[in-house]
Amino acid sequence: MTSAASNFAARLASAIGASRVSADPAECTEYAVDEIVPAAVAKPSATEEVAEIVRFAALEKLALIPCGNRSKLEIGMPPSRYDLALDMTGLNQIAHYDPGDLTVGVDAGANFNDLAAPLFKQKQFLPLLVPFYFESTIGGIIASGLDSSLRHSCGTARDFLIGAEFVDGTGRLCKSGGRVVKNVTGYDLHKLLIGSLGTVAVITRLNFRTFPAPPASRSFVLSFSAPRDALVFSNLVERSPIRPASLDLVSPRLIELFVEAEKNSSQPPTAALKGEFPAGSWHLCVSVEGSPQVCERASREFAELAASSTAKPAQFVTLNENEGAGLWHYVSQFISFLLEACPLTAIFKITILPSRLAPLLEQLRALADQASLPYAVLARACGVLYFSLLLPSDEHESLNSASLQPLAEATSAVFSFCTSENACAYLPWCPNQLKRQVNTWGSPRADFGLMRRLKSAFDPQNLFAPGRFL
Amino acid sequence: MHAGLLRDLEKLLGSSSVLFQPEDVLLYEYDGSVEKGRPDIVVFPTTTQEVSQIVKLAVKDNVPIVGRGAGTGLSGGALARIGGVMIVFARMNRILSIDPENQRAVVQPGVVNFDLTLAAEPHGLYFAPDPSSQKSCTIGGNVAENAGGPHTLAYGVTANHVTALELVLPDGEIVRVGSAQGDAPGYDLTGLFVGSEGTLALVTEITVKLTRKPEAIKTQLAIFDSVDDAAETVVDVTARAIIPAACEMLDGWTLRVVEDFVHAGFPRDCAAVLLLEVEGLAEAVTAQAAAITDVCKTHHAREVRLARDNAERELLWKGRKNAFGALGRLAPSNYVLDGVIPRTKLPQTLRHVREIGARYGFDICNIFHAGDGNLHPIVLYDPRDKGQFERAMQASAEIIRYCVEVGGTLTGEHGIGMEKAELMPLLFSDADFDLMRRVHDACNPACLLNPGKIFPLSKGCGEIRIRAKSSSRPSPS
Ligand SMILES: Cc1cc2nc3c(=O)[nH]c(=O)nc-3n(C[C@H](O)[C@H](O)[C@H](O)COP(=O)(O)OP(=O)(O)OC[C@H]3O[C@@H](n4cnc5c(N)ncnc54)[C@H](O)[C@@H]3O)c2cc1C
Repeated sequence: MTSAASNFAARLASAIGASRVSADPAECTEYAVDEIVPAAVAKPSATEEVAEIVRFAALEKLALIPCGNRSKLEIGMPPSRYDLALDMTGLNQIAHYDPGDLTVGVDAGANFNDLAAPLFKQKQFLPLLVPFYFESTIGGIIASGLDSSLRHSCGTARDFLIGAEFVDGTGRLCKSGGRVVKNVTGYDLHKLLIGSLGTVAVITRLNFRTFPAPPASRSFVLSFSAPRDALVFSNLVERSPIRPASLDLVSPRLIELFVEAEKNSSQPPTAALKGEFPAGSWHLCVSVEGSPQVCERASREFAELAASSTAKPAQFVTLNENEGAGLWHYVSQFISFLLEACPLTAIFKITILPSRLAPLLEQLRALADQASLPYAVLARACGVLYFSLLLPSDEHESLNSASLQPLAEATSAVFSFCTSENACAYLPWCPNQLKRQVNTWGSPRADFGLMRRLKSAFDPQNLFAPGRFL
Repeated sequence: MHAGLLRDLEKLLGSSSVLFQPEDVLLYEYDGSVEKGRPDIVVFPTTTQEVSQIVKLAVKDNVPIVGRGAGTGLSGGALARIGGVMIVFARMNRILSIDPENQRAVVQPGVVNFDLTLAAEPHGLYFAPDPSSQKSCTIGGNVAENAGGPHTLAYGVTANHVTALELVLPDGEIVRVGSAQGDAPGYDLTGLFVGSEGTLALVTEITVKLTRKPEAIKTQLAIFDSVDDAAETVVDVTARAIIPAACEMLDGWTLRVVEDFVHAGFPRDCAAVLLLEVEGLAEAVTAQAAAITDVCKTHHAREVRLARDNAERELLWKGRKNAFGALGRLAPSNYVLDGVIPRTKLPQTLRHVREIGARYGFDICNIFHAGDGNLHPIVLYDPRDKGQFERAMQASAEIIRYCVEVGGTLTGEHGIGMEKAELMPLLFSDADFDLMRRVHDACNPACLLNPGKIFPLSKGCGEIRIRAKSSSRPSPS
C-alpha cells in the first residue's frame, strides 16, 4: 500500500473511529473487484457515518465502491479507480414493517433472509429470489438489478420498490418516493438506483410493497425435444386464462448441471429435483399460485393443452409445493451452478419481445455451434434470455488472452447479432480477463449520453465505482 | 410579442396550427385545477420532428415551453405559468401499432386513454391504467403524471405499464429510452421520465403493455351506515391480503348527489359505500368475493350487493367515474385533493378530515381509491367569495399535512404541478431539492421546459422566481 493510501485510512479513522476503518491488506483483498484491491475498507454503522465517509472521499478525491455481501461485485466493467470499499453490512435493521399496509422499509445492508423471515411470519414475501439472494444484502440485490422467476406475476423491483434513501456524491442524505403504495410526489429517483451497481449513490434504505403469500402452489415441468416447441407451448399457457406465477425455459445443459449439483451437494435444498429429465430435452418450468382449486384447474388445463397441442411435450411432470420449491431453488440460482461448473463462462442477459425469442435463440445456438462452444440457456417467457457460452477450461493451464480468444470472438458476435436484431444485451458475468477484450455493456445505446448526465447529477465528482458503467 | 418566433412557427406548421390571438389562447389558460396561466402561443404539431423543431425555435428565443394533453390535469401541470409556447398533443393522436402477440401498443402521446382500450378490445386486451377521466385524458398526460385509477390497486399505475419512450429533450434532441420488452441495460430512464410532469422532456411516442382481460369479474357494492365501518372494512380487506382489483369508497351525501345524477343504484340513505371488484380465474374470484362479503359483514355492512350482470356492473362504475361531474350540482366550485396514507390509518384519517371540515365550515366529501390509501377529499366552496376560497385552501393544506404526519404523501396520482409545489418542503430537505434540481438540470438546464412546476418557487430557477406570479396555494407553515 502506498503511504498516501495509509494516510487517508488514518485520517478517515480519526474522522469516523478506528474500529470503522481497516487498511489491513488481507482484509482489503476480500473486497477486490476484478482483482483491483482497495487501499482501505470503511464499515459504517449509521447513515450519518455513510454520509461522512462520502464527504471525506469527495474531499480527498477517492473512488469508492459500496458493497453488501459481495456476491455480485464483479458485474460491470472493472473500476477505473478504487480506493475505498464501503461495507454497508453494518446498516442492517428493519426500519418499519406494517403488515396491515403491506409495506416494509429496510436498511440496505440487511440480509435478504433477515427480511424474509419476519415477512414469512405474516404470510408475506418479496419476490426477490434473484441469483445469490440467500447470501445477498437487500441493497446489493436492488443495485444489481437482477430479476427472478416470479417477475412473470410480480414484476421486477421497479414495480414494487416504493421509496429509498441514499447518500449522493456530495455526501448528503437524500430520498425519493416514500412508504405508501401510491405516490407521485417528486421525481422517482429511486428507480435509477435499480441496477445502478453503486454508480449513482450509496443506498441506505429501501421501502417496498410486500406481497401476500399464496395459499397453495403447484409446479409443472414439460420437456420438449426442440426449444421452439417449448416456446410455442409457453405461448399457449400465456393465452390460457390461468396466469402462471413463473414461466421459464431451461436448456438441456443447464438441467444437467442442476442434476449434477444435486448429486455432489452435501446439503441439497429442501426437496430433491424430482423426475428423470429426458436427455437432450428443453424443460418448460411453470408454477401456478392460488387456492387449491386454482392449482387443480391449472393441472387439468395444462394436461389438456399438452394432449391437444401440436407442440407435444415428451414428458409432463407435476410437482407438489415442496417438490416445486426444490426445482425453483435450482432455477433461481442457475448463475451460481453455471459459474461453479465452468468458471470461464460468459453469461449474457438479452431482452427481446417474446414472439422473437424462439428465432433469436435458434440463431444464438448456431453461433455457439460455429464457435464450437457449449452453451446453456435460461429463458423467461416475458422475453428475457440468459444465454451463456461455456469455455471448457483446464485448471492447470494459465489463462491468457489467447486461451480466451474463442470466447472473446463469440462474445463480440453475440453482441453484434443482438444489435442487428434490435435486442438489448449486456454481459453481467464473464471471466474478468475477458473484460480487457470486450465491453460488457455491449453496443453503445443512444440513451447512454443521457445516463451519463444523470450519473454526473448524482455524483458530480465521479466518486462512485468509476469505470464500472459508462 | 415573440413576433419572429410566431412567424417561424407558422412557417413550420402552417397558420392553422398556431394560435396567438388573446381570445384563442384564453381557452388554454386553465386545466382541471383551480390555477391559471396563459400561454402566448399555442401550437399543434403532428410529428416528433415538428416537436423537435418547435422546441429548437422557442429555446433559441429563450421562450418557455409547456406540453399539454387534454388539459384534465388537476395540479396545474399543463399551464403556462410564465407564458410562452404551449405544445398541444391533440393532433398526435395515432395508435401506431397494436401487437396482440406481445401485448404491446405503440402510441402517440395525444391518444385518449380509453381509445387505446377500445382498439385493443378485439384482441381480448386492454390498457390497464384507468383514471376516472379516461374518456378524455391522453396517454401522454398519463405518462407525465404517472396516472392511476380504480384498477391500479391490482394492476399498478402508468409506470408499471410503460416500457419505452421517445423523448424530445429541451434542446430539441430526440432520444429513445427503455425497450419494447421493458428491460434495457443501464439505468431505468423510463422509470424516471414517467411521472416527471413534463419538466424533463416532452414525450412523443409511448410503448405500453396491454393486459389480457380476466376470465371472470365480480363486482360488489357494500353499503354501510357508518363511514368508520366502511373504512375498517378497507383496512381488514388489505390486512387479510385479499387484494381486490379495485376498492373504491364514496361517502354519504356524495352518494345522494351521484345517485340523483347517474341513477347507479346507490342507496340514498346510507353513510358510505364500497365498490369492490375482484378479477381472475372463476374459481379464485368466487372465493375472493365470498371472503370480501365476509369482511364487510364483520364490519356491519347493511347489505352487500353483487352486480348480477355486466349492465349492472357498468352502471355502478358509471356512478363512480362520473361522481366528480355530479358534484357540480352541489356547489359552485369544488377542490379535489389527492393525498395518500398508509392503509392502516384510513379510519382515523377520515375522522380527521371530517373534523377539519367542521372547523373551517365546509362540507368535505370523499370519493376515492380506498384500496391503495389514495384519498380524494373534495372541498365544496363558492369561488365568488374570496374568503371562502382562501379558507378552502387552508383546510386542504391542513388535510395534506395530516397525510404526511401519519406517514403518507402529498399526491398519489394528480401530481405536484403548480398547486402543491409550495408543500414540497413538508417531505423534502434542501439536500433532496438540490439533487432533484441537478437531475432536472441534467435534462432541462435552461429551465425552459414547463418552468415553475414541482419545485417551490424559492427552490426553482432564478428567472422563474422573478417572472412567476406566486401560486394561490398556501405554504406549508
Ligand atoms: C374528472 C376527473 C377525474 C380524474 N381522475 C383521475 C384518476 O382517477 N387518476 C388519475 O391519475 N388522474 C385523474 N385525473 C387527473 C388527470 O385526468 C390525469 O392527471 C391525466 O393523466 C392528465 O392527462 P391530460 O391528457 O389531461 O394531461 P394534461 O392535463 O394536459 O397535462 C398534464 C401534465 O402532463 C404534461 N404533458 C402532457 N402531455 C405531455 C407530453 N406529451 N410530454 C410531456 N408532458 C406532457 C403537461 O405538461 C402537464 O404537466 C382526473 C381528472 C378529472 C378532471
